[in-house]
Amino acid sequence: MASINKAVLDLKRLDLLANNDSVIHRLDARAKVLVTCVFILCIVSYDRYELSALFPFFIFPAVLIALAGLPPLFIAKKIALLCPFVLVVGIFNPVFDREVLVNLGPLGISGGWISFASIMVRSILTVGAAFILVGVTGFTAVCQALERLGMPQVFAVQLLFLYRYIFVLSEEGGRASRARELRSCGRKGLGIRSFSSMIGHLLLRTWQRAERIHMAMLARGFTGQFHAYRQSSFGKAELLFVLGWSALFVFLRINNVSRHLGTLITGLFT
Amino acid sequence: MHMADALLSPAVGCTMWAASAGTIAYCSRKVRLEMDEKKVPLMGVLGAFIFAAQMINFTIPATGSSGHLGGGLLLAILLGPYAAFLSIASVLLIQALFFADGGLLALGCNIFNLGIFPAFIAYPLIYRPIIGNRPTQGKIVAASMIAAVTSLQLGAFGVVLETVASGISSLPFATFVTLMQPIHLGIGIVEGLVTAAVVSFVYKARPEILQCVTPAQAAAGYSIRNVAIVFLVASLLTGGVISRFASEHPDGLEWSIQKVTGKEEVEGVKGQLHVLMASLQEKAAFLPDYSFKEPETPKEVTLHPASAARIEAADQTSGKQEKDEGNRLGTTVSGILGGLMTLVLAGVTGFILKKRIGAA
Amino acid sequence: MSHHIVEVKNLRHVYSDGTVALKDVSFIITHGESVGIIGANGAGKSTLLQHLNGSLEPTGGSIHIGHTPLSKGTLPDIRRTVGMVFQDPDDQLFMPTVFDDVAFGPLNLGYATADVEQRVTEVLELVGAGHLRDKPPYHLSGGEKKRVAIATVLSMSPDILVMDEPTNGLDPFARRQLMALMRDFEHTRIFTSHDLDMVMELCDRVIVLHEGEVRADGPAMEIFGNDKLLAECRLEKPLSMQGCPVCGGGPARVSRPHPPHHHHHHHG
Repeated sequence: MASINKAVLDLKRLDLLANNDSVIHRLDARAKVLVTCVFILCIVSYDRYELSALFPFFIFPAVLIALAGLPPLFIAKKIALLCPFVLVVGIFNPVFDREVLVNLGPLGISGGWISFASIMVRSILTVGAAFILVGVTGFTAVCQALERLGMPQVFAVQLLFLYRYIFVLSEEGGRASRARELRSCGRKGLGIRSFSSMIGHLLLRTWQRAERIHMAMLARGFTGQFHAYRQSSFGKAELLFVLGWSALFVFLRINNVSRHLGTLITGLFT
Repeated sequence: MHMADALLSPAVGCTMWAASAGTIAYCSRKVRLEMDEKKVPLMGVLGAFIFAAQMINFTIPATGSSGHLGGGLLLAILLGPYAAFLSIASVLLIQALFFADGGLLALGCNIFNLGIFPAFIAYPLIYRPIIGNRPTQGKIVAASMIAAVTSLQLGAFGVVLETVASGISSLPFATFVTLMQPIHLGIGIVEGLVTAAVVSFVYKARPEILQCVTPAQAAAGYSIRNVAIVFLVASLLTGGVISRFASEHPDGLEWSIQKVTGKEEVEGVKGQLHVLMASLQEKAAFLPDYSFKEPETPKEVTLHPASAARIEAADQTSGKQEKDEGNRLGTTVSGILGGLMTLVLAGVTGFILKKRIGAA
Repeated sequence: MSHHIVEVKNLRHVYSDGTVALKDVSFIITHGESVGIIGANGAGKSTLLQHLNGSLEPTGGSIHIGHTPLSKGTLPDIRRTVGMVFQDPDDQLFMPTVFDDVAFGPLNLGYATADVEQRVTEVLELVGAGHLRDKPPYHLSGGEKKRVAIATVLSMSPDILVMDEPTNGLDPFARRQLMALMRDFEHTRIFTSHDLDMVMELCDRVIVLHEGEVRADGPAMEIFGNDKLLAECRLEKPLSMQGCPVCGGGPARVSRPHPPHHHHHHHG
């Protein structure tokens, strides 16, 4: 599947971004996870017709992208691939919710369109926050942070295994898929028969690999307990980061800065 | 289909998060107590396998479109419910972080919809009883098909309930259900076919793989109850938090009655250019989420009366906020203007920061 | 240092599906030896190696590592003594970063954090991978992966190094680098490989496995000089011992082989 192929490539790139060095990258992962959570909760806590109050929240991704030196275009492109489900569900809002909510001169805008726009803005902010979190932290660190915030170790460890072997196995899957396409002249060979035996073989190979990995672990003295080696700590910088951003988010949540600003401007011209 | 942050209210999102997190904790404990440390790398690698398997697809006969493996049920068959649940949750976590599938808050819902149903309903209650101790080709196909369809139907229904209970989307419950369930019937049949095909293959090639789950299965009925308890406790806790929040706004119910009466009033003046305030009230009364709250409530009650009632209360509180927000929309023009300005400001701030860092 | 001796006696292994992988294998490898185990596909090389650190249990016969019999109780000790480098480094590098991977063994052995840190730094320098320390394994090249995989084993200070197909899949430069590295080890070394030139260069002694049995065991030059034996076991002379196709050296020269370090250079 081309889209998954591309997704894995993007995943590699996102993963490499996390190796950058910046003020944000150096922070303890827990701080970044916590701030992201507060951010997302603030966003989703708005009611469905809220649009203007969401905009000030763009300050968070903007500042983080800048400070961490992430490529803004890459992030924007990733966000543009927004979960199609949101779009499909969201587009029904203008259909079912036709009541005019705002009159811009002769133009009446229905509540449906406003809530649809709100859904899209929410999507951009929440999905963007997740990407940025990975880009400035790295998956491994996010995972370890979650573990230190209480995620069970078994879950954390197998999550790391999963992440590690996505790269190996998706290459294997991609190779198998290409080999079949090359020999299947059009669509004839792409039926479920060849599919199931391919997946079956891939599964058996994967199973054997898991056995070898386990063997490699035993060979290096594994006894069932994972010993973590941790370096970073939650210090003043982290505390400042968490409190600072959280305070800003709560402030923005309580005060619709957009509206205040807008009122101020329109007030100036009337 | 993945639930998304943008369609979720915090109450629903947090409840589902609590439920999923509780189940993850419970399953992790189970896996740890099983003392089968071999399973940990296996779970991870099989999770990665799901991604790899999705790169290979096949042509669905007579439709021309192509399908691929979802994987939830297959993982349950290979790993048993607890390990499979963790593996599915991990796949979803990676999808949320890297592939823009949903988002972090919606992860709770997604883990619930796509994890609980295949691992704790479809596999132990449908697949295993049909398969029994002596699998045959026919049994594998029938069991996979029924189990896959059931878990996807339940999952889709979960998405509908969560979306509707959140009230961000305007899709009425009935419409949404009639859209989602048939689509997922199709997806479920494809998933059943694929799962059956892969399981039959493995059964022929290395039957011992499929047997390694069986002994742990003996206590399945009992442990499902435990999972249900975990889920209930988690939702009770969250429900408690929400209800405290809701009790600070005791006028929720009162306002909802007003809303109903307000509706008639406004209908009288419909068609005229109306005062914005009035139109908002009408709008609020027509809010689909209000009308479909009725059919949805009894469903929640069967789940757990107390928490459902609390969610209901919380919804009404947010309904009150809606009105307030609506009032504010009177100044939407300045709101939009200001919004655009802050957007520009945010962008400019980022740009300046970037320049300064680049220069440094 | 009796620790370095590997003694395999009448080893037999039958897989659960009934395949007899090893019929009757016996040999003794002493301290500091460098031994190549060669044989066609399916001759039993990998099965044999997996017995050396207890990944597989023998169906019959016994294995002694430094006079300690391999059994359930001695397993942890033996696994520390015998460092096993797997054929596919992707199986061996399963941790998030190179550092974590190399530290995995020492941490399991219960070393203190500072010790682990120092040990990891040392072995990474030794294999020339110090700069890769914080990288995740999936961003490494094949040669880098292989060297890091060796480091993960060296960090446990084993006495015996066992390597399955070490040069498999490496480009010529990475292969040379790796061979130079392996030549410098003072450990007892056991390799399996189809890369017979590597075996020729690195091993004084060669054991030929054929259908689960030791077909020949002797000095490398002697074994690679025996055409009949090689043909029977579906093997070939190392390229460096074959007649040169360009300057006309024919099969006649085979009986008088090139010294192993002799290199031909043809231009244009």
